Amino acid sequence: MPEYQKFEFDVLVVGAGGAGLRAAIEASAAGVKVGVVSKSLLGKAHTVMAEGGMAAAMGNVDDRDNWRVHFADTMRGGQYLNNWRMAELHAKEAPARVKELEAWGAMFDRTKDGRILQRNFGGHRYPRLAHVGDRTGLEMIRTLQDHGIHQGIDFHMETTVLTLLKDGERCAGAFAYDRERGRFKLFHAKAVVLATGGIGRAFQITSNSWEYTGDGHSLAYHAGAELLDMEFVQFHPTGMVWPPSVRGILVTEGVRGEGGVLRNKNGKRFMFDDIPENYRSQTADNEDEGWRYTQGDKSARRPPELLTRDHVARCIRREVKEGRGSPHGGVFLDIAWIKEKIPNAAEHIKKKLPSMYHQFKQLADVDITKEPMEIGPTMHYVMGGVKVDAETQMSNVPGLFAAGESAAGLHGANRLGGNSLSDLLVFGKRAGEFAAKYAKEHGAGEIHNDQVEETACWALAPFERGPGGENPYAIQHELQEMMQDLVGIVRRQEEMERALERIQELKARAARAGVGGNREYNNGWHTALDLRNLLTVAEIVALAGLTRKESRGAHFRDDYPQKDERWGGVNLAVSKGADGAARIEEIPVKPMPEELKQVIEENK
Amino acid sequence: MMSTATFRIWRGNASGGGFKEYRTEVESGMVVLDVVHRIQATQANDLAVRWNCKAGKCGSCSAEINGRPRLMCMTRLSQLNLEEPVTVEPMHTFPRIKDLVTDVSWNYRVKERIPKFVPRKPDATDGTWRMQQADVDRVQEFRKCIECFLCQDVCHVLREHHLHDKFIGPRFLVYAAAMEMNPLDTQDRLGDLRENCGIGYCNITKCCTKVCPEEIKITDNAIIPLKERVVDEYYDPLRRLFKVFR
Repeated sequence: MPEYQKFEFDVLVVGAGGAGLRAAIEASAAGVKVGVVSKSLLGKAHTVMAEGGMAAAMGNVDDRDNWRVHFADTMRGGQYLNNWRMAELHAKEAPARVKELEAWGAMFDRTKDGRILQRNFGGHRYPRLAHVGDRTGLEMIRTLQDHGIHQGIDFHMETTVLTLLKDGERCAGAFAYDRERGRFKLFHAKAVVLATGGIGRAFQITSNSWEYTGDGHSLAYHAGAELLDMEFVQFHPTGMVWPPSVRGILVTEGVRGEGGVLRNKNGKRFMFDDIPENYRSQTADNEDEGWRYTQGDKSARRPPELLTRDHVARCIRREVKEGRGSPHGGVFLDIAWIKEKIPNAAEHIKKKLPSMYHQFKQLADVDITKEPMEIGPTMHYVMGGVKVDAETQMSNVPGLFAAGESAAGLHGANRLGGNSLSDLLVFGKRAGEFAAKYAKEHGAGEIHNDQVEETACWALAPFERGPGGENPYAIQHELQEMMQDLVGIVRRQEEMERALERIQELKARAARAGVGGNREYNNGWHTALDLRNLLTVAEIVALAGLTRKESRGAHFRDDYPQKDERWGGVNLAVSKGADGAARIEEIPVKPMPEELKQVIEENK
Repeated sequence: MMSTATFRIWRGNASGGGFKEYRTEVESGMVVLDVVHRIQATQANDLAVRWNCKAGKCGSCSAEINGRPRLMCMTRLSQLNLEEPVTVEPMHTFPRIKDLVTDVSWNYRVKERIPKFVPRKPDATDGTWRMQQADVDRVQEFRKCIECFLCQDVCHVLREHHLHDKFIGPRFLVYAAAMEMNPLDTQDRLGDLRENCGIGYCNITKCCTKVCPEEIKITDNAIIPLKERVVDEYYDPLRRLFKVFR
């Protein structure tokens, strides 16, 4: 038997970003014993990078806003492939989750009458995002962290889960290692909540942090859970493109919310050229109206720069491809131009977008109050994830829950900006609540030593192969490049087929990956172990992308450039077959109840 | 534009170590963390470095570059003299784990000790509060902190005098200030700041302010006002008299 330390919990939460912390707080409030494991230090998770804000129909800035409008916006953005019950719960519960953060110490920007200020964002009809400048994610994670450390939760920082442990059908815990010393830890838990975030590190140009290696997706899949909507990978339209070393770092949509515009090298605002039919009635048809919208004119419609991310990203790609891009292969995002419109524009920009100002000044020598930024699409978010029950967030594996980016359903084919932070809170809370309930109603499952032994043996194999084995970093880089090229923002059949072949080759090489040194904080070893998750999610994304023969939301196919009604009625679910191979299945979208249909109708 | 540069990176663990030299290709626009990653991927697979966002938002990749406490992800090569070898070493104030990674867990234990935020009763029936932007500006400055702990690293009370058990350091004075100056907060931390947090040890050399990547005016805006409050509370003769009769 391998050596390990053993810990007993009612609820184990994997991940300490917004969803994980919110789940842990809720579970511990229910009076059960809660443990949290996180790959990085507390307060560093990817949530910290969220910029723009969290969407909640509080109506503080525009009192026409309410959950019905938010629900309709979310469904339209997701092209109606969303789980409508999740979209409904999200729209209804988000305001309470935001207000709760204030009670725990969050300091949002204020309206003139002293309430929480809300800002415009892509795809949202009214100003809806509660925010703190452009560092809302930091405010959120710090608030949850500082509240959570007083709730009696047991934190295991810098700990990576290797596998979920099963007892028959149900989940019984997790087997992990601590990154500092490389020692194994066994977490015996009655319920497990996955809140591990996304899969950005499977791509070369991404706004995601190193942690986003698809762990929760892959752990759940190998434990028998179904993954849903994995073909929908969001490319955020505005990432930095220069210098090369910062390529992909996010430039918040808030820039456009504050009046920033997109131009090609000829100075043309190209977003006016292509406004999708279903958004035409809500979109400004001239520059002046767009400007007035960003300044709070309630009679104005939003500028086309604030169309959904999938659409804006594709328009940028088109400009670049047709030779109208900026010098470093992007387009221009200009906020400096607002000096024509308002006095003290430079101060205003620094106040509203402080991180963006510093980011460009420090990393690119660009003063955004004086000159335009160069930007281009960057892989940002995966709409797909573990298929969960809308109310409880439990997967098809009893005792295994998922929330936040690692779960699927809320966003359908494309997520609206700002709906992610509110997703973390609404469904993090639900996952924590129902995981605690599950733990109270069910005893602990049994730990089976064969699973532990097998995992430990697999985890230590890279040391046996030693530095003469395949270089894990090289495999990771090749995978990232390949996914960017073949399963990126615009896809086609032959390319995705080629991707699936390449993934098999990379899997074979990953099985030969070797590292030198010892188990103490060995990044090479960590990278070798992450490869399994990265390759698992890469394969599932490619497979789902290949299967959906249409273009919808974030999934765009050159060979099937149109939406297809047949595909509009199905979600794709991937699970691990008995033979170990991925199995893909079409699941018909559940019909929406009449009252929700009516909400959609009245907001058309 | 490609050229080569030499980096001297500290390799070792808690029991000791030393600088090791690496020559590597560099391009314009690169930051120090890019170089460390390149060396890690090509020459030293097991080189330990802690990082997350690579965008100056998470505060994980703190280190000392040519002797100066900085974030590796926000230090551009163009700010350094590449004619000479560039040294990269772990923060000095915390125990070493391996290579560039230090044990910063002390910071997390310190934070738990500080009385948490407790708001006054909500101002409105829907459970919300009313605050003016002008009232939250001051606190928002402190809440920009990314917990990189560079201020702790440079603080001589911790770095040279090792008073970790008596002094909470600039980071947590900022943390306490954010709650003390939060218009909603009802807790009184002044006694705690004097007795347990060692606010008196800070002699306002402002080293912390100089290294803060978020440009928080730690000393002027957080520590000095807190010191004044403590002084007013405990050393103002009128107040002391008032306390006796309270």
